[in-house]
Amino acid sequence: MDASTRTKSRSKKPQYSRFTQQELPAWKPILTPKWIITSFVIIAILFTPTGLLCLWASERVVEIIDRYDDDCLPDSYSTDPDSFIQSNNTNKTCVRTLKVPRKMSAPIFIYYQLDNFYQNHRRYVKSRSDKQLRDPDEADETEDCKPINGNDDGPIVPCGLVAWSLFNDTYKFFKGNKAIDIDKKDIAWESDKKYKFGSNVYPKNFQKWELIGGGALDESKPLSEQEDLIVWMKTAALPTFRKLYGKINTDLEANETITVVIQNNYNTYVFGGEKKVALSTANWIGGKNDFFGISFLTIGGVCFFVAINFILLYVLKPRPLGDPSYLSWNRNQGAQ
Amino acid sequence: MAGGRIRARLKRSSLYTFGCIRPPPRESIDEPRQFQGPGFSRHVCCNQPGFHRKKPLKYCTNYISTTKYNVITFLPKALFEQFRRVANLYFLLAAALSLTPVSPFSPYSMIAPLIFVVGLSMAKEAVENWHRFMQDMKVNMRKVLVHSGDGVFVRKPWMKLEVGDVVKVEKDEFFPADLLFLSSSYEDGICYVETMNLDGETNLKVKRSLEVTLPLDDDASFKDFKATIKCEDPNPNLYTFVGNFEYDRQTYPLDPSQILLRDSKLRNTGHVYGVVIFSGHDSKVMQNATKPPSKRSTIEKQMDKIIYVLFTLLVLISLISSIGFAVKTKYQMPNWWYIPADDQGLYDPNKPSLSGFSHLITALILYGYLIPISLYVSIELVKVLQALFINQDIHMYDEETCTPAQARTSNLNEELGMVDTILSDKTGTLTCNQMDFLKCSIAGIPYGTRSSEVELAAASQMAMDLDESSRIGARSGPEIELEVVPKGVSCQNRIKGFSFEDNRLMNGNWVQEPNKDVILLFFRILALCHTAIPELNEETGMYNYEAESPDEGAFLVAAREFGFEYCKRTQSSIFVRERHIPSQEPIEREFKLLNILDFTSKRKRMSVIVQDETGQILLLCKGADSIIFDRLSKNGRLYEEATKKHLNEYAEAGLRTLAFAYRKLDISEYSSWNGEFSKAKTSIGGERDTMLEHLSDIMEKDLILVGATAVEDKLQQGVPQCIDKLAQAGLKLWVLTGDKMETAINIGFACSLLRQGMKQIRITTNVDHTSNMGIKENILMQITNASRMINLEKDPHAAFALIIDGKALTYALEDDLKHQFLDLAIECASVICCRVSPKQKALVTRLVKEGTGKTTLAIGDGANDVGMIQEADIGVGISGVEGMQAVMASDFAIAQFRFLERLLVVHGHWCYKRIAQMICYFFYKNIAFGLTLFYFEAFTGFSGQSVYDDWYMLLFNVVLTSLPVISLGVFEQDVSSEICLQFPALYQQGPRNLFFDWYRIFGWMGNGLYCSLIVFFLNIIIFYDQAFRSNGQTADMAVVGTVMFTCVIYSVNCQIALTMSHFTWIQHFLIGSSIITWYIFLILYGMLSPSLSGNVYQIFLEALSPAPIYWLSTLLVTVACNLPYLAHISFQRSFNPMDHHVIQEIKYYKKDVEDRHMWRREKSKARQDTKIGFSARVDAKIRHHLKFKLQKKSSPRAVSEPTPS
Repeated sequence: MDASTRTKSRSKKPQYSRFTQQELPAWKPILTPKWIITSFVIIAILFTPTGLLCLWASERVVEIIDRYDDDCLPDSYSTDPDSFIQSNNTNKTCVRTLKVPRKMSAPIFIYYQLDNFYQNHRRYVKSRSDKQLRDPDEADETEDCKPINGNDDGPIVPCGLVAWSLFNDTYKFFKGNKAIDIDKKDIAWESDKKYKFGSNVYPKNFQKWELIGGGALDESKPLSEQEDLIVWMKTAALPTFRKLYGKINTDLEANETITVVIQNNYNTYVFGGEKKVALSTANWIGGKNDFFGISFLTIGGVCFFVAINFILLYVLKPRPLGDPSYLSWNRNQGAQ
Repeated sequence: MAGGRIRARLKRSSLYTFGCIRPPPRESIDEPRQFQGPGFSRHVCCNQPGFHRKKPLKYCTNYISTTKYNVITFLPKALFEQFRRVANLYFLLAAALSLTPVSPFSPYSMIAPLIFVVGLSMAKEAVENWHRFMQDMKVNMRKVLVHSGDGVFVRKPWMKLEVGDVVKVEKDEFFPADLLFLSSSYEDGICYVETMNLDGETNLKVKRSLEVTLPLDDDASFKDFKATIKCEDPNPNLYTFVGNFEYDRQTYPLDPSQILLRDSKLRNTGHVYGVVIFSGHDSKVMQNATKPPSKRSTIEKQMDKIIYVLFTLLVLISLISSIGFAVKTKYQMPNWWYIPADDQGLYDPNKPSLSGFSHLITALILYGYLIPISLYVSIELVKVLQALFINQDIHMYDEETCTPAQARTSNLNEELGMVDTILSDKTGTLTCNQMDFLKCSIAGIPYGTRSSEVELAAASQMAMDLDESSRIGARSGPEIELEVVPKGVSCQNRIKGFSFEDNRLMNGNWVQEPNKDVILLFFRILALCHTAIPELNEETGMYNYEAESPDEGAFLVAAREFGFEYCKRTQSSIFVRERHIPSQEPIEREFKLLNILDFTSKRKRMSVIVQDETGQILLLCKGADSIIFDRLSKNGRLYEEATKKHLNEYAEAGLRTLAFAYRKLDISEYSSWNGEFSKAKTSIGGERDTMLEHLSDIMEKDLILVGATAVEDKLQQGVPQCIDKLAQAGLKLWVLTGDKMETAINIGFACSLLRQGMKQIRITTNVDHTSNMGIKENILMQITNASRMINLEKDPHAAFALIIDGKALTYALEDDLKHQFLDLAIECASVICCRVSPKQKALVTRLVKEGTGKTTLAIGDGANDVGMIQEADIGVGISGVEGMQAVMASDFAIAQFRFLERLLVVHGHWCYKRIAQMICYFFYKNIAFGLTLFYFEAFTGFSGQSVYDDWYMLLFNVVLTSLPVISLGVFEQDVSSEICLQFPALYQQGPRNLFFDWYRIFGWMGNGLYCSLIVFFLNIIIFYDQAFRSNGQTADMAVVGTVMFTCVIYSVNCQIALTMSHFTWIQHFLIGSSIITWYIFLILYGMLSPSLSGNVYQIFLEALSPAPIYWLSTLLVTVACNLPYLAHISFQRSFNPMDHHVIQEIKYYKKDVEDRHMWRREKSKARQDTKIGFSARVDAKIRHHLKFKLQKKSSPRAVSEPTPS
């Protein structure tokens, strides 16, 4: 009895292990001045060239941007752009000339850029049916698309505000009189084409409703081939955004003049948005992005500055590491 | 058993002079009391428990339960507890609203984390409740002998007891319920009861059964026993009882001396029989138990305030959002042809206020990420793990009682690091309630070479300090560790109660001493002057003694060891086996016991009058030194001076002293006195006691001093060292004890709470009654005088000690006096309250807690400490002792007082810092994340769209950032445990709250704000409108969201790496895995079918990972986010280091090994300016020496100064 209770109570003794005794071997780094200076200098050394590299890459990108929404509005309609854009009878063709500042080598990407267009508005973003886009059997899944969901004729495919407001300005590029081919293939993400937009889903009832929003779709082509739609359906994060329109697969030489023939269909006048067409090359950093390089340089510079300051202060007021005179009880004594 | 029967023959009552005499029957009060009606309805049918199984006599069973929940109430009650937290309630509301169209998130992303978090908390509650249940069951399953009919007693668990059961309780067992005492193994029906668990008093109490139940003294006699008890209803009053006992058609009144209370213990008595009157929760001790208050730590209370700050922020930005939304909807939305108004009013330009209002709800849900949903559950988890470490700490495991430390509630861990005042019980906590005979002074010669623990502790400290001062400037060569001072304690052949070591007296050597006659007398006083009963231990052949107080036991053991073995006591004689030379056979001598003049706290002495074999009558007296010295005869003062000196030394060494004296009596003188004394003894009425006292007084005079004894009230192991360390850590210690003032002061000395040279302020009610000033005014005057004295004191080293007794305390605790009392007490270095009741202990605790606003810790071991333990911010119970009440009521249970040092200085310090840093970080990370949502709103026309996928947000708090912060909360150590103990001053970081003040909290919040700005705006500008890859695609919302989220994950995880200073493989693993988990999640989520992953489908593998700008911006933003913090800690550490920084560096560079002198010097300096503990005592001694030297030096200089130059 006694022995059993003793073994029982002995089992209450905590087992020794480095874990339970909180004595696991540990790395206890200390921010010594050496470490501080090294780390700041390393960041500075790492960031400055990276910044320069990014700036250089950004510098190599050639970009032409042309805002045309105002200029493509005939003067006679300048007070009432709405009636111009909404009328079916007005001539919406508009010709712009662009000058190539530096040599642009293929591929040259063509973008349209909209401003003050809330593609990220919650009501707008939600107004789509991904199921319907993928599978012809789920064409009736239009609950989220109201009010652009369909009527007695059947559901709209693709339904919802996003598809409905499809951008429908068109661009044609000419070098002199010779048209430049615009490659509209592969402007959308591969995964979208393959998995999100069905190759057997065809537009139905689209833009046939009383209210017509943006562009129409070719009902003979499956959605997976409607790359303009696919690009448009990838909603942008900010109210100012650019979307890929196509690619030019020939080089453009410096100082060449290019004519753009625009069909100015899309209504941005009513909400005061701008429309731009942009031609840009791209390299590993993407499009033109000076800010990125500058940020790197700034951080590098700040680190360098901090390091210098630290060294100066440290020279002026060095503190030997582990100097016990800095312990609070010693300092208080000094104060007394 | 044989011994028991012998003792049973002996009528104990006749042994005692007046303490124990059964008063002659007084007809007047033997009348059964007439009572009826409310309050006195209890009806107990003795030996017929069957009657109590149905109404109306059905009383509650003896099953006790202290659990919070049972199976049925668990769910509703625990849920209610969970949603009492305002944050959880908010999340519940948000989850409910997420089912409506206003929600910005899908419902599962709101409900899943809530269920997870609440579920985890509830699981923790369930586990804790289970432990409590198991503990109850341990008590409920204790066995006791119960009468099962036909005079047979069987063992049954306590919980099966019913009212009316007859139980037989054996020696040293606890009473299972409140019993009516029927009979005992003593013929005259008395028994001894230890009530330490109830009121903390250590002396045994005598209980007396009714005369009429005395014959019921064996098992068989209960065969046909039937009686009825009618008595008061259950109530918490321990000292009253009113009832009638109806037996044999007679009614007898009952009073408290027939009641044996649950949780008190039978001592010195073979067995008793009793009837259960109050069982289970009806018993007085359970009625006394108050509901354990739910305690919350200071940090948690402050955290609530932060949550309110965040809620304010949340409401504010939600208001901004909804106003922005309403304005946008009213003025701009009509122009947005691509967003037509909807019919539900959520987006209706014609009803902007309605839209704005519904958007307010949306925003309140959306920005909920500012409030860390997982904060509570993470903290709870961390605390449970911390508690596990406390339980597992091998250094807090007591080998003797086999008890580990136990954190009974885990939610106060960090409070351990903020304690300011400790309120401690004495008996059982500081002392073992065991006396050791250590020294004596006989005929003016001191004997006993062993030092007391206090002396040892002070000596070792002194040795270290002297060594230190002599070493200054000396070469730092290989040094000898001097910290281990050889201790004179040889642990072999230790005899309990006897630590005396001196060859001059031992082994019969005393016969060679010059004063051997006096020594012989001294030993005889030791062996004769007492009221104990010997008991032969048949195994060893030695006698054990059952004494009323442990001092007496120690004296008898000492006498035995000196060769005067007290072996037998009869009605009229005491037998002592004397063996003057070890080789000799002992001679049994008989001393006729003529009278015993009992000990009372008022008399402070006791005497016996004996007649030895030669017919000589002697009065042998022992008592408090001051009393004895007053009563010495002129020729009895031979050794007075020397003895006084020794007594002072003993007191300084923390020993309990008594002086011994004797007087030779003539037969004629004695017999005339005895005649009066016997008359007085048999007299009736209130005069009796006074008369007896007066007669004793006459007899105890003209004494001749023999010597003095010094008994060590054995402190618990390591108590002086622990008190010293705690004092160095800046903690204040108050001792609250039920003991006498003298005892308390002795212990004060033993614990170094008091020392010579300290000014003792004693506040008592011992006022001369002639003055017509009220007691209260008198106490007020004492307090104000003392305060004035302290204010006038110039010496910065002067220390004051406040000693107050219970009666004075009753007045001092009244509303109009308590603040003055508290102010005085705070000024004093140590405070000792004696003779305090359990209630007063709690009141004092409350006064300190509320009066100073600082954290208090109460530590105790008995039921009398329960109130104090529950009242204090932290209650610590001493476990491993028999009673469980203190432990049951406590938040932490440790086996020894000395473990308190480690509990506070190591675990408290760590837990405080861990929790403080953890909470700060939590708020940082949620602000850093939550505010990015708000900024994005401004770019979406305040529409409530989130840039992140629902799953990202769901995982953020629960998976991606929770584990590193938990590892911070569980494993972080600024310095190792040894350093915590070596540098107790580090502890002050907690009570000063250096790591959780508003400055620091707002600093972290500011850091979070900065981080959110950087993450959001850098990324927005970088991914603005241009292509982000070489094949021309621009960033859509999913890309921007994913990049931003990656940056957030990196930033907060790097931030925690910067915050930590202690990386085991666990931290490395958790921080690393948090980041890797994010990528793994992103890949796996992206590989799910597009119907599940939506916009995130293939985003990482297809869109982001091939883009260099993605990786570079992660680097850029992470560095930019952490740069200010890095710079801050760099500069702070280098130019304004905190203590633990410097110590970390010393350790890092191994300076402690290279320069051990410095290391030891710092260790000894790293303490708060303390006025208690033996360090202070040593300091005082050194100062005294220095002053002495200075005076010597300066006096000749003073003479030389005025000489003209």
